[in-house]
Amino acid sequence: MSALQKVMGWVDDRFPLTATYKAHLSEYYAPKNFNFWYFFGSLALLVLVLQIVTGIFLTMNYKPDAELAFASVEYIMRDVEWGWLIRYMHSTGASLFFVVVYLHMFRGLMYGSYRKPRELIWIFGVLIYLALMAEAFLGYLLPWGQMSFWGAQVIVNLFAAVPFIGDDLSIWIRGDYVISDATLNRFFAFHVIALPLVLLGLVVAHLVALHEVGSNNPDGVEIKKHKDPVTHIPLDGIPFHPYYTVKDIVGVIVFLMVFSAIVFFGPEMGGYFLEANNFVPADPLKTPPHIAPLWYFTPFYAILRAVPPMFGSQFPGVVAMGMSIVLMFFLPWLDRSKVKSIRYRGPIYKIMLTLFIISFIGLGYLGLLPSTPVATIFAQIFSVIYFLFFLLMPWYTSIDKTKPEPERVTG
Amino acid sequence: MKRLKNFIFLLAAVPLLAVASEGNIHLDKAPVNLADQESLQRGARLFVNSCLNCHSAASMRYSRMQDIGLTEDQIKDNLMFAAEKPGETMKVAMSKGDAKLWFGATPPDLSVIARSRGADWLYTYLRSFYRDETRPTGWNNLVFDKVGMPHVMWNLQGELVPRYKKEGEHEVIDGLELAKPGSVTLAEYDAMVGDLVNYLVWMGEPDQLKRKQLGLIVLAFLAIFFVVAYYLKKEFWKDIH
Repeated sequence: MSALQKVMGWVDDRFPLTATYKAHLSEYYAPKNFNFWYFFGSLALLVLVLQIVTGIFLTMNYKPDAELAFASVEYIMRDVEWGWLIRYMHSTGASLFFVVVYLHMFRGLMYGSYRKPRELIWIFGVLIYLALMAEAFLGYLLPWGQMSFWGAQVIVNLFAAVPFIGDDLSIWIRGDYVISDATLNRFFAFHVIALPLVLLGLVVAHLVALHEVGSNNPDGVEIKKHKDPVTHIPLDGIPFHPYYTVKDIVGVIVFLMVFSAIVFFGPEMGGYFLEANNFVPADPLKTPPHIAPLWYFTPFYAILRAVPPMFGSQFPGVVAMGMSIVLMFFLPWLDRSKVKSIRYRGPIYKIMLTLFIISFIGLGYLGLLPSTPVATIFAQIFSVIYFLFFLLMPWYTSIDKTKPEPERVTG
Repeated sequence: MKRLKNFIFLLAAVPLLAVASEGNIHLDKAPVNLADQESLQRGARLFVNSCLNCHSAASMRYSRMQDIGLTEDQIKDNLMFAAEKPGETMKVAMSKGDAKLWFGATPPDLSVIARSRGADWLYTYLRSFYRDETRPTGWNNLVFDKVGMPHVMWNLQGELVPRYKKEGEHEVIDGLELAKPGSVTLAEYDAMVGDLVNYLVWMGEPDQLKRKQLGLIVLAFLAIFFVVAYYLKKEFWKDIH
């Protein structure tokens, strides 16, 4: 027995190191027919790690103090060695996190990855998405620019629209009557430790649940139905390591090329990743003429604005915005189709999914613009389509003409 | 199907909304060229002489101007009026209270002004002051109406006055014309402002040239890595059918 084997044996008697490695990498059998859309799960994990590592280095020089925060970011940009790179990686990573997660979610919608037995994977996923939105919102206050301040003001004021307890609730969240140093301090605490812990826990749960039931694939058929009689390995399964580790490296490099192109050549991304107005220090006395959230929140912001105030209260809009995310949790039970993958679904689901994506992008675009009567009408049309995609799903997925699923994956 | 077509047509109209919501002030293109160190140095000189009296650039250290080809002695002898050591940041002697009293608002810090306003806005703004006796300073500005800042470089540009045209019932400003020439021609003044804006863009992010150079190396590395990774994947996957 070699020295290494001895050490491994010693560890394995006390901790399931080899067993864990086998269960999740070398003997985790994934379908062999993953396509382009299956890169985004591992990429999301990569971005999470990037955000945590760059975040740690930013925290070393950032000052969570209303008097010092803005200048400390510029200090990082100018005087900290490689500070500009760390900061741009973090700001670009935040936006690309959402790009990757949106594509990952779209994959789930296309191939029915949320269907039985993967309901919990999907639910953990939606929770990750919610935690990610909270994390991004909290982090955006920290540079203490005009958009940080007024964006936070607008969002926290949404809580003030809750009937009866709204005012107290919003004061409780801010820790003050306006966004202030107290708010900045608590947002910092939540951003650097509370939410990252929640995110990591949820990601572990997401992966444990995935590896328990096994991955879905573009055909939406279960590879575990056909196993080798001797080895009990799925016939269409291949070990995650080395096959998907070497494949994901290719995806990682392509992703890093896009990431680097933004970080090094256009970190502001034309004002979508870093807004011009956020280079002005927060001024509680000067409201900017146009306040828009960052692009990844704008679909929901557009839904919020599409709902007219009722009984003099913005609350219905806030409820609609909340419902637009809550509905995602019910997706596994709303879908009544006989098949999972879009490859074998009928035309109705394909049209509904297309309309849904158009509406989501349309809402995202409208949420960036100042509110005008025409824009509001468009936002209302898109919002209705968004909700009908979910609410009518039990009906249209059960009447849709599906094609027969293959027995085995089709490559 | 017709409905779907109508819907797609409506979608095509969405981008027009963006155009409708933008302001109508025409901005001139600023001649920004960060590779032109002489322009940056001329801009830096104008900046410390004309801007730093009222505005600060509190994130910017004097010594950083070595990055645009100046020596520490040159910086100390020619550009440092309000600081003792080159490592200091560009603070301003005027107190915030006084500034507010004199101009109606505290002059903003200029460290990242080019990033918030944009080069074209600055270039147009600094060339669009005109005489307006209704204003406390005697100056107004085409792109920033009722601005608190007076025309600091008026002795260079001279005095501009508005030219009006009738639009319906109202008289609106059509453009500016030179009423009293300054010490340089308008073309020379434009070039000086161009240098100044160039400097402001550089100062907004002094590492930006380095960033782009490094970016090319990083992308080249990733391109090579991609080829290696692609063939590695191919080699591993050749048995999978």
